[in-house]
Amino acid sequence: MAREQRLTRVFVELADTLVEEFDLVEFLQTLTERCVELVDTDAAGLMLDDQRGNLQVVAYTDESARLLELFELQKAEGPCLDCFASGQPITNVDLGDAATRWPVFAEAARGVGFAVSHAVPMRLRRQVVGALNLFTVAPVQLSPEHLAVVQGLADIATIGLLHERAVRDQVVLAEQLQTALHSRIVIEQAKGVLSARGGTSVGEAFRLLRSHARRTGEALTAVAEAVVGQRLGIADLTADPTGPAPSP
Amino acid sequence: MASRRSAELFSAALAGSADVTELPIRLLRACSDALPVTGVGLALMTERGPAGTIAATDAPAAALEDLQFTLGEGPCVDASRSGRPVLQPDLAATAPQRWPAFAGGALAAGVRAVFALPLRVGAIRLGVLDLYRNSPGALSAGELAEALSYSDAATLLLLHLQAGSPVAGPPEESMPVLDDRAEVHQATGVVSVHAGVSLGEALLLLRARAFAEHRAIRDLARDVLDGVVDFRPDGESE
Repeated sequence: MAREQRLTRVFVELADTLVEEFDLVEFLQTLTERCVELVDTDAAGLMLDDQRGNLQVVAYTDESARLLELFELQKAEGPCLDCFASGQPITNVDLGDAATRWPVFAEAARGVGFAVSHAVPMRLRRQVVGALNLFTVAPVQLSPEHLAVVQGLADIATIGLLHERAVRDQVVLAEQLQTALHSRIVIEQAKGVLSARGGTSVGEAFRLLRSHARRTGEALTAVAEAVVGQRLGIADLTADPTGPAPSP
Repeated sequence: MASRRSAELFSAALAGSADVTELPIRLLRACSDALPVTGVGLALMTERGPAGTIAATDAPAAALEDLQFTLGEGPCVDASRSGRPVLQPDLAATAPQRWPAFAGGALAAGVRAVFALPLRVGAIRLGVLDLYRNSPGALSAGELAEALSYSDAATLLLLHLQAGSPVAGPPEESMPVLDDRAEVHQATGVVSVHAGVSLGEALLLLRARAFAEHRAIRDLARDVLDGVVDFRPDGESE
């Protein structure tokens, strides 16, 4: 499929989820996954400012991206943090050449196989509310067109935050973040419950949750809550296996 | 979500307190002093509803908790059920329609605004922090953010108290539970199935075992996920 077509399809997919039963975590998860597909990168992670002095990881395409994001937060250095602090994109950074800039982070990122990193800011009016991080295994640079797509997706992530405010009363950024993080925890708890009941890996458990949510049109968080609340069993989720959904 | 700020607030309540039973009221008083509210109450919640008051800074705050415990309705009940804050800056205008039984009692006690903040670890419902004002008025975004830091500190406090003194180590030890530790939350789900207990009890089992074995809860969680450590009852497998 031509890239323009794929891009259009992703925009339509994301716009379709901007409904009343909006699930912020699922939206941001889908967004990071599509970003990786659209611009041929290998992993993505998204951090949001909790408005209380901390950045928090709310979406990631695979475990290595999540661990790197957490690593950045622990070591207080890396592309996402610099991008968040400056409000500027920090793109096409050769990690083999970043030992001065981020001595600990660059080594850790290369350790899990990444050669290049990109970070673009999520802006809400004049405030920077988060950052989107991308990693590539091959030592290739992203073109200006690709970087424009990445920034466009980061802008759409901000639209997701605004949309949630529009459909809920009195919601402020700090609360959105707290709720999103708890949704993320419910999803992790459900992955554990499901993997124990079905004897599968947590990654496979996530695919089951995801494909059930897609199939039924329910929010991912609602499906996860139904699983931990024992209203949905492993049989319900495996009843109609569609193709593999994206990880994790 | 255990931000540095909530860790500070929790540590401040912990510092210099010889008596563990004093902890809740110290945290609530600090919260009440720091924000433009009249009083603060802390209630335990389960999936079935309110389970009792832990502490309250004054009589109206206590009345607010008692009312919701007795009636089974009110902002704190809704906050716990939905997992989201319920903010009622003008109770007289909104409460009579939404919670008919609760509204009369709350207004009679002099409560004019309520901000109910749920205390949870994902799907585990622990309690609710209720802030009230004796005159109508909203909290600003900054004040609400600070209130949320107090609610996270209260969550840490409940986890700390729940575990009893053996597991109740310094705040750093309880912090990973609330922090972004996917493995711990996944392992909680696994243990709840293997041991046949609720998620809340599963988290307690994990913490107790980590404490008994002098290990980081994250390492234990990793072993649970890898099948190295098993919480199934003896003699059972797969």
